Amino acid sequence: MVATLEQVFREEWGRVLATLIGLLGDFDLAEEAAQEAFAMAAGRWPRDGIPDNPRAWLMRTARNRATDHIRRDRALAAKLGLLAAGNRAEVPMKTTTFPDERLELIFTCCHPALAIEAQVALTLRTLGGLTTDEIARAFLVPDAAMAQRLVRAKRKIKAARIPFRVPPAHLLRERLDAVLAVVYLIFNEGYSGREELAAEALWLGRALAELLPDDPEVRGLLAMMLLHDSRREARFRDGELVLLGDQDRSRWNTGQIADGRAQLDRAISLGGRGPYVLQAAIASLHAQMPCDWAQIAALYSELTRLTGSPVVELNRAIAIAETEGPEAGLRLVDQLGLDDFRYLHSTRAELLRRLGRTNEARDAYRRARELTDDGAERRFLERRLTELAAVAGSGQVS
Amino acid sequence: MKYVMLIYQGTALERQAALPEEEQKQVYADYQGINQTPGVTPGLPMGLAENATTVRVEGGKALTTDGPFVGMKEAVGGWFILEADDLDAAIEVAARVPAARYGGAVEIRPSEVYW
Repeated sequence: MVATLEQVFREEWGRVLATLIGLLGDFDLAEEAAQEAFAMAAGRWPRDGIPDNPRAWLMRTARNRATDHIRRDRALAAKLGLLAAGNRAEVPMKTTTFPDERLELIFTCCHPALAIEAQVALTLRTLGGLTTDEIARAFLVPDAAMAQRLVRAKRKIKAARIPFRVPPAHLLRERLDAVLAVVYLIFNEGYSGREELAAEALWLGRALAELLPDDPEVRGLLAMMLLHDSRREARFRDGELVLLGDQDRSRWNTGQIADGRAQLDRAISLGGRGPYVLQAAIASLHAQMPCDWAQIAALYSELTRLTGSPVVELNRAIAIAETEGPEAGLRLVDQLGLDDFRYLHSTRAELLRRLGRTNEARDAYRRARELTDDGAERRFLERRLTELAAVAGSGQVS
Repeated sequence: MKYVMLIYQGTALERQAALPEEEQKQVYADYQGINQTPGVTPGLPMGLAENATTVRVEGGKALTTDGPFVGMKEAVGGWFILEADDLDAAIEVAARVPAARYGGAVEIRPSEVYW
């Protein structure tokens, strides 16, 4: 019963809130009303049972709460003689069908006029239904700071009049890319250990695929996230990081890999050749043994062409090292100007280690460790350093 | 909805001065185009920031300093008022301001009444 209730809340929060915002044109009022409606449902449904049409019940209740708020504001304004302040509309609404305005909502939340941190927080709060504390915890930010971030973002949406709509055709691609970037960022936070965020990003990715079923990049992003996430159980053993080649494949989630590949096929059949589709294709190859590193290198090459990103080049170097040997990979790595990027140094270190250049490898691992604060990654680097010391030691003996 | 559009020249004036004549004419034409856009109320043309005088009052006494409140490069270079439906419409007009493509920027400030 409790699980079902949670499920309904999970499914309905974003939709109910989006419809209310569309109707009221006011984030705060909509959120307050939605919260009250969900609280009432939490009190009543366990006792009276879940209504036949939970969405309609929640919408109706929330609308009534909003109307109450508006009336109260008006009465207050009248008492204070501020009649001009009573300009919030009465709330007209049909009772059975509600437009799904989650797309409008996500485009508003991910508007480029908002700081990226605010876009992320707002998306998680409104579409994802996470509480402010949950978001604060996930991003290791104090509660009060996160609350302030959300308040400021909502205030700006209102004051600067950021539109609540799906952008017109000439803006759509660019704005959709901004939305995808937010979901990807949430996923990435989750990938480095905070699982609840990975699950949240997957949920958002699925919602987007449902709302924009024919966009190949939306599918590509979902596919990529599913494929990466499918290895979650194998990426850590007793809290320690395990590299791809050392992972226990029986712990890969094969159902999720199949799901990811189906999404990827759909993206490709939609003509998708964009960055997310390419990354999904790479992730799909990673989930296949033996790995086709030549194909992976070729896909990274294409991705570099699209993005011009040195980080992509670094990944290509790893693939090149697998096909042409560590020397070739290292040559590519040493051309990249990513001196503050920890993965540059850990990759260099790994290649140097394979080449038996132990001293240089040790320096590179140390540099990577300096740049890493994350627990599991740091411990991994420590382990490598200890192993190198052992190798160096045995070398002296023999 | 009214927006106050603030133009910052940054390096735009120098870069525009170095343009071929045809492109310089385009810059003037673009500013004129902005001024004639429906919803735009042009501001008065602003003189150079180096001719600005900044006034502070301390202990009831007006203190003046030479130059703008912020650095020369950061000083406001011009402004206009825009009546637009929403921020996206304002961004579209801002993107047509020549300063924005020659190393300067346009800041969009929603006009708000606090009283």
